[in-house]
Order: sequence, then structure tokens, then C-alpha cells
Amino acid sequence: MLNMISYELLLFVLAPILILVFLSLDVLFLTWLERKVIARIQLRYGPNRTGPFGLLQPLADALKLIQKEDIIPKTADKVVFTLAPIISFVAASLPFMFIPFSKFFQISFIENALIFLLATSALSAIGILLAAWGSNSKYPLLGGMRAIVQVLSYEIPLVLAVLSIVLIVGSFKLTDIVEFQEKNTWLILLQPLGFLIFFISGLAEASRVPFDLPESESELVAGFHTEYSGMKFALLLFAEYIHLILISILITIFYLGGWLIPGIYYLENIAITIGNSFNIPSHISISILHFIILIIKAHIIIFLILWITRGTLFRIRVYSLPVFSWKGLVPLSMINLIITAILVVM
Amino acid sequence: MFIFLIISFIFAIISLLLPRIFGHKKEEPEKNVPYECSILPFGDARVRYDVQYYLFALLFVLFDVEIVLLFPWALIFKNFANPIFILIEGIIFIMILLVGLIYAWKRGALTWRA
Amino acid sequence: MVLKYRFEGYEIEVKDNEILLNLGPQHPSTHGLCRLVIKMEGEKVKEIIPVIGYLHRGVEKICENRSYIQIIPITDRMDYLSSMNNNFAYVLAVEELLGLKIPERAEYLRVIAAELNRIASHLLFIATFGMDIGSFTAFMYGFRDREMILDLLEEMAGARMLYNYMRIGGVKRDVGKEFFERCLKVLDKLEEKLKDYERFFLENELFINRTKGIGILKPEDAIKLGVTGPNLRASGVKYDIRRVDPYSIYDRFDFNVITDNGCDSYARFIVRLKEIKESMKIVRQAIRDIPEGDISARVPKVIRPPEGEVYSRVESPRGELGVYIYSDGKSDKPYRIKFRVPSFANLSAFPHFNKGIMLADLIVSFASIDIVLGDIDR
Repeated sequence: MLNMISYELLLFVLAPILILVFLSLDVLFLTWLERKVIARIQLRYGPNRTGPFGLLQPLADALKLIQKEDIIPKTADKVVFTLAPIISFVAASLPFMFIPFSKFFQISFIENALIFLLATSALSAIGILLAAWGSNSKYPLLGGMRAIVQVLSYEIPLVLAVLSIVLIVGSFKLTDIVEFQEKNTWLILLQPLGFLIFFISGLAEASRVPFDLPESESELVAGFHTEYSGMKFALLLFAEYIHLILISILITIFYLGGWLIPGIYYLENIAITIGNSFNIPSHISISILHFIILIIKAHIIIFLILWITRGTLFRIRVYSLPVFSWKGLVPLSMINLIITAILVVM
Repeated sequence: MFIFLIISFIFAIISLLLPRIFGHKKEEPEKNVPYECSILPFGDARVRYDVQYYLFALLFVLFDVEIVLLFPWALIFKNFANPIFILIEGIIFIMILLVGLIYAWKRGALTWRA
Repeated sequence: MVLKYRFEGYEIEVKDNEILLNLGPQHPSTHGLCRLVIKMEGEKVKEIIPVIGYLHRGVEKICENRSYIQIIPITDRMDYLSSMNNNFAYVLAVEELLGLKIPERAEYLRVIAAELNRIASHLLFIATFGMDIGSFTAFMYGFRDREMILDLLEEMAGARMLYNYMRIGGVKRDVGKEFFERCLKVLDKLEEKLKDYERFFLENELFINRTKGIGILKPEDAIKLGVTGPNLRASGVKYDIRRVDPYSIYDRFDFNVITDNGCDSYARFIVRLKEIKESMKIVRQAIRDIPEGDISARVPKVIRPPEGEVYSRVESPRGELGVYIYSDGKSDKPYRIKFRVPSFANLSAFPHFNKGIMLADLIVSFASIDIVLGDIDR
């Protein structure tokens, strides 16, 4: 009985805190990684003064941001202006409720996790719109409008690509999707087109480089967060990086087998043996193993995104952005859905 | 589920309150002017905005609602008793969506008029 | 509802669905301190008013109070990306006023310096153009390769940016044989790097999509508006002062005047990319032919030109750079000096060929005319 209660407690209170702390640390790490990777591509060193390999740089940045003055422009709507970063952050971190970090570990075990996941991940548009409108300044307004069009346009192909997966798997549970891949094969092999559509739309949703129009530096200064400074800016930045993590984790779970790798059973056995020697229940040690594998895979995806897109590509043209989605990706993803349906029946 | 929501709210609010303790404050009139490349802005930023953006939002609402209808179809697809029936049903529905898209395309709703 | 705004002597009417936006002076892609006041509907640009003068130092007035030799470092600071060419234009004008004949070796050294400077300037254009389209990588690559040229120029002049290299009657100092060897080596290296650029830019669908058909400047408009340099040649007009009115020893070199009929931002990029190769050609020929000898003619300590006026022009990396000097014949200072700078004409043409484009394209078009604000404001 006591065991049950403590497990429940762990799941309901400790787990969200753990996930949020993990996300914050990962965002800090990602800012460092991004700067380092891009510096390497661009013939620079990147941060290298603070700590080994500049690893403490994000910490220094965070400390600086905490010390910064909280500036609210006098024409801005104070409530909306303050609310926007909070909502962005919450909306960005909410989808992690429904992500299975392992076979046994998911904060909210619900049947229709996928629907909630897609619904909550689309919420981030609201935060951006609030930030843009609340600032009452022209550059944020332009950036915000671009962001909304971008997020809305790429939502459709994203959802359609996910629907094809649901067709194959026949479940809205993300654990089922991974289990399906365990029994059969990774979905990237069954859904190459869907993977491509999901990848591109995901980049657009996370506004990474070819699609970084909402904050295109050379045009709109900083886009929707031009007016933000200090911790408010930090929260918006957090939201953005969390979105990137989310997209890469989703890509991993949907198409690359989640926590599955060849030889996972041996690793699980090893994890259980090690866990037993520390008196850890086997499902927890397996969870930790799965979590680590999933995160490593997701970070490989992030690394690829940084490398391929940010390092080498230019920004896409603003009015070909929604057009590319509506005329290219949407019909393509519909056709993909039909083909998948036919193949499943056959 | 709601605990996560509440905790992430608390997380965000705490991080916004941190500068109150550690930050400093110095009032200056110029500092609080909205940024417009270091020039005093002309007028207000709350203007009637280009309708083009609204069109895309409208299209999104249309398609998203229709795609929601596809969710249950996709869920029961695999284990349905009569697969050919459900396949044709689905294809008809997606075709209707496609025709709608082509209609919007032909009417020029998808081109950004510069 | 129509609002009226007044600024800097302009009066502009703004309807309630339009925004009046300041692009600059503090903006990442105005290349200095240029302010463009833009009237937009949504993101569609309806009217552009360039406001200049944020970098005004009064170069022309300062020059009236400096002796002829003292003016040379001031010309460095006009178009700070092509200081050699500014020096060149100025010393040519004074020499014409004096009727000086300068030694062969000095002429060759001047040409080498000016052409290396042109390469550096065009490389910087490629860098900043890439950055304005959203690739910071291009920016770093451009700067890296410009660095090699800057090292060469540093060896020549002792400075990396504001060279103060040319003198009335010659150049400041000579260079050794090793310099030419190093120079050729750098040029060979650069040739390889240019292939990289072609791969990075011209084979990139996004780049072509962003620049093709953006900011179309028709040849007849370009001529009417006084546009010169690569911008004019990108509109298909074969006009290069090195060819149509050869100064110094440019008539001895074999090089092509690059033109492109695209008239758009893409064409302006291509023209500059190809011009780097032509400049390299000129430098190679100059290094091959350079004679031994003096690097300066005999010039009096105090230069007091006879009464008269002179206008001399050179092809700077940005276009026609003209220097007009009036000397009253009595003092060792020019009575009046006027610089006809290419960036100024190019910027004043800019609003005319960019009406009705999108904000994002405006940035591309603005980057493609490659202006330097130090040049415009003087």
C-alpha cells in the first residue's frame, strides 16, 4: 500500500518537476551545442572561455539574464506582455506530458495521447501572437503575423503525416507506436514520404533556419521577441528550444523506433542486473535506459537539424512559405495518406 | 495531468520573479520606448493588418476541422470488419478535401499577392 | 482615417491599414547607419524614403582646411571598404592639376593595390549579402577570404583598412619580390575558394528563389538615375570607366567588362562574383609586367597647384567615383573639393525601382546595391 502511494506521488509530483528540470538543463545544453556546432561550421571557435569547452557559457548567460532589468515598453499592454512568455513556456512544455520516455514512464497515461499531444503543441502559436500584439511595436507585429501563418500552415501536413502512422499502427497511444516498431520495423522504412513531410513541417513549427522568418534577424531585428529582455526573453527562448526538443523526440518516436536500438534486450538485461545490485525495481532501471537511448537519438536529430539547415541553408522567401505548405506539402501528405490506407488494406 | 500544467506555470512564474530579487531597476524615459531602430516610432503598431494572413488562418480552420473528422477513421481503420468499404469511404473524404484545396488554389487563395 | 507624419522635411500620409516603419539607423541589415522610412501595407512596401546623414563628418569642408597631402588619409574614411580606390581618384585629380608624370612602377603598384582592394570589397559584399538572406555561414566565409587580401594590403600599406597608401606623384612605399609571390599564391587559393562560393550560392535553390526577379532595375532607368558600377552592369549596360575612359595604365590590361541582362539582385551578385575573377586577371598581368624603378616622381614639399579646376574619375568597387578640385592657385589648400560618390547615386535610385515589393525582398534588394554609408554621408 505504501509502495503504491509513493509510486503515485512520484509519478504525479516528482515526475513533472524532473521533466521540467531536465528540459531546462537540456535547453541550456542545446544553446551551447548550437553555438559550438555552428561555430565549427563557420570557422570559429564558439564559446571557449567559460569552463571546459565553454560548457559553462549557458550558465553564465542564464545568470546574466536573471540579473537583467525587466523592461516593459510604456506603450505595451502590460498584462499581455507579461503573460505571453509564461503561456509560450507552458504551451511548449505541455506536450511532454504525453510523451512516453520509456515503456513504463509517461506522465499522463491516457488513451488518446496523440490527440492531446497535437492539440497542445499547436498552442505555442497563441504565446507568439500574444507576445507580438502585446508589445505594441511594429517589428514584433510583423514577426508575430509571420509566425502565425507559418505555424498554422505547417500544422496540416504535420497532422496528416501523423495520421498515416495512426493508420498503420491503429492506436493513438505513443507506446503502441513504439511497440509496433518493436514487432515490425522502424516506421521510417514504411513511411519515407511521411517522414520527410513531418521533418519539414516540424522544422517550420519549431521555426528553425530555412523557416526562421518570424525572427529573421536581418529583416525584423528579432521578430516577435524584439521588445523582450531578461527572464521574459529567456522564457521565450526556452519555449523555442523546447519546441525543437519536442519535434526531435517526436521524430524519434514516430519514425526512428523511439528507445529501440538493435540489441536493446541485452542492454535491458544489463540495466536490470545493475539495477538489482542497487535494489532498484527492474521497470525503473529499464525506464532509465530507455530514457537515455531516446534522448541520445533525439539529440542526434537535433545535431542534424543544426548541421544541415542552420549551417548551410538560406532563409526561405516569406510569401513562398505558406504557399510551399499549401501547394506542396498538404496535397503530398493527403496522397501519402491515401497510399498508406491502400497499402494497409492490401 | 493538471499537476504538470500547474507545475510548469509555477516554474515560469518563479523564473519571471527571479529578476525582481536579483535584477536592478533604473527608470529612464528613453528606455521604455518601443524599439524601432533607435528612432521614435510613428504612431501606434495596432493597425488594420493585411487580409492575406487572415485568409491562411481561415483555410487552416477549415482544413483542421475536416482533419479532425479523419482521426476516428484512422483509428478504427486497421481492425475494421470491412476494409474495402472503409478504404473507399476514406478516399472519398480525402478527395473532397483535395477538391476543396484545388478550389481554393484555383480561386487564388493560396497565392500571396505581392 | 488618414494620419500625417512629418520628419526631416518630408510629409507623408498614412492610412489606417498602413504602417510607417523605420528601418534603421540601428538595424542589422542597413550596412551602417542608413535609415529607410517605409510605408507598408501588411508587408508590401508602398513607399521608401531614405534618410541619410547619420555618419556625416563634413569631409568636403574638412578638406578645404587641409593641405593637399593631408587630404589623402581623409579620403580613406569615405568609402572605408575601398580606400585604395578613393586614394587613387584623389591623387589622380591632383596630379592632373599639377601635370605630373609618375613613374611606371608606381602606376603598376597603384593598379595592384586598387584591384586587390576591389576583390576585398566584393568579397565583403558576398559575405553581407549572404547574411542578409539568412546564412551567417556565408558571412564568415566571405570574411575569411577577405582576410587573405587584407594581409596583402597590410604588407603593402601597413594598415588593414585605412591604407593611406598613395601619394601625389607615386605611392608610399615599395614592395619586395616576395610580396608578388605571396600575392600570386593568395590569388590561386582564392580561385579555389570562388568555386566554393559558386557551389554554396548558385547551386542553392533557396538562394536563387530569394534573389531572382527581386529589385528589377531596367537599363534605361539605371542610366537616368545615375546608377554606376556593378549595379549598372548588372542591368546589361557595358559601362566601366576602366574601359570607356581608361585612367592610369588600365588601357594596357586585358580584362572583360562583366555584364548581365538579369537586372535583378541575382544579376548584381553574379556580376560582382565574376568581377573578382577579372580583377584577379588584372593583378596577375600587373605582377607579370611590373618594371623596376622609382616609386615616386619628384614632387615639391609644399604642393601649390596653379589656378584651375579638374574632375577625375575612377571605377571604384561601387561605381564611378569622381573627384572635383578647384584650386585658386595661391594657397596649398584646395579652394573647393567635391566627391561624386557612387553609393549616393545608387541609394537615391533605390526607392524608384523597389516600389511594391515585400519587406523581405526589400532587404535583399537593398543588400544587392552594396552601398557604404561612410561614402554617402561623407
